[in-house]
Amino acid sequence: MRTRRTNRAIVTLLAWGASLAIAFPLLWALLTSFKTELEAVAFPPRFLSFDWTLANYRNVLADGDYFHALINSVVIAGGSSALVLALAVPAAWSMAFAPTRRTRGILLWMLSTKMLPPVGVFIPIFLFYRDWGLLDSRFGIALLLAAGNLPIAAWMLFSNFREVPGEILEAARMDGASLWQEVVTVLAPLALPGIASTFFLVFTLAWNESFWTLNLATTEATPLTAFIAAFSSPQGLFWARLSAASILSIIPVLLIGWLCQRQLVRGLTFGAVK
Amino acid sequence: MTAVPSIRQRSYLRGPGRLLIAPAILLLVAASIAPLIVTIKFSLTDYRLLFPNSTGFVGLANFAHLLASPDFWPALINTLLLIAVVLVVSIAAGLALALLLDGPVLGRGALRLLVISPFFVMPPVSALLWKNLLMQPVSGLFAWLASLVGLPAFDWFSRAPLLSIALIVAWQWLPFAALILLTSLQSFSHELREAAQLDGAPPLAILRHLVLPHLARPIAIVVMIETIFLIGIFAEILVTTGGGAASTNLAFQVYAQAMLRYDVGAASAAGLIAVVFANILALFLVRAVGRSLEA
Repeated sequence: MRTRRTNRAIVTLLAWGASLAIAFPLLWALLTSFKTELEAVAFPPRFLSFDWTLANYRNVLADGDYFHALINSVVIAGGSSALVLALAVPAAWSMAFAPTRRTRGILLWMLSTKMLPPVGVFIPIFLFYRDWGLLDSRFGIALLLAAGNLPIAAWMLFSNFREVPGEILEAARMDGASLWQEVVTVLAPLALPGIASTFFLVFTLAWNESFWTLNLATTEATPLTAFIAAFSSPQGLFWARLSAASILSIIPVLLIGWLCQRQLVRGLTFGAVK
Repeated sequence: MTAVPSIRQRSYLRGPGRLLIAPAILLLVAASIAPLIVTIKFSLTDYRLLFPNSTGFVGLANFAHLLASPDFWPALINTLLLIAVVLVVSIAAGLALALLLDGPVLGRGALRLLVISPFFVMPPVSALLWKNLLMQPVSGLFAWLASLVGLPAFDWFSRAPLLSIALIVAWQWLPFAALILLTSLQSFSHELREAAQLDGAPPLAILRHLVLPHLARPIAIVVMIETIFLIGIFAEILVTTGGGAASTNLAFQVYAQAMLRYDVGAASAAGLIAVVFANILALFLVRAVGRSLEA
């Protein structure tokens, strides 16, 4: 028994060491966000013995740019995710409950559009957006992010709906429920956990998306990705401020991620890992 | 084409079924197939944003120029290197971590939260935090760690820009690999492993002959899904080095050709090469995932 207990202690110690090392860059940024700029660049670095200050958070929050970007991120990620669900729920319903011979082909085709790197379609979309006044618009960006996440959502919902027993839907239909009633009052409550985790996954992906948001947003529509990317200029020399801004930008999706990590990670494998 | 076997056929629902899937297909066609066709058209013309009126057909001249240009091959090699380094680091470290977390560990739930965190960090944040707080050669944390063991500080981004970017991206993907592999490990029969242990099999043999074969499929899936995202690495390059021959990949080259040099034709040609490259890799993924539909 003794060896088993020491074994357990060693494995636990190693696992905690490795996991803390992986999270370390974030923990370090959290610490740095409470330092003054001078202490942030101190060498050797200060670990806990410094004058803790909230000044960096006050500065970032007092900066109008942060709230502007936060609101844009919420609107773009929320809007695109709502659009994704509005398109993917009916699509997944039809593929799961009214399949045709083409259903399998359509699913694979949807997946294959995900293999198309954004740079393959970037130029036509950029020029089209320029001509139609969609550059630097939240709607334009949300539309593209929705298209990018739609295949993932359709797959997640499809595999989720397939687990709903068809007999329940049939029973509702026998009782005279219309298609709309069948979907809203019978299917939706049963599939709600799946729909919620799909929403959270596409929301997270849209929040962090850093190709379209950095290329299409210039001033009006800039979300948090662009707000942070602006620190790559000499402003990045202000480490404490960069750290506070970073923490404030990642907290919302970090919380979502912590709450539903299993579903999110597995959702991203297109149902290939059970 | 075969029908999906586990789905019941219900002909009377086909009408609404077709209608309900149409909007999703429309958006995907509008955002992927249609612009891809336009990209192909652009790649065959001499189209520069500064001279928008002279868009003549030039055949494959853009591709010929691209293949002959000194920027193209480094960008292609960098794309491959970036993918390879990130895959190797994230999967090797992710596997080690998964094996560790699968052991008799106290507080596995809390550890999962620590490990998953980097996965939810937006690319500009992770790139800038690593570049400044950790890798900066004067007062970054790595410079301090090096000084503890008496080594000179390493100037990451000027000496090894591509490797630096690869490490940052590997840090973002390591959690994904670790958690997918951990999930698979936990579905692995512990009786089988205990039986092997009782029979006196050494731990390395168990790992090699029992555990790794079980993980082959999830590892293949992690490889392919990471690859889809890694072909398009962009933000990490933009905010750290801003390009430069040593750290430019195909995705960044398309951006530079179009947005900095205004050469739509050349950029479209480079974009199409990225698409072809992605499709070769995708062929394997669609097969692997398609199989899970039947399972």
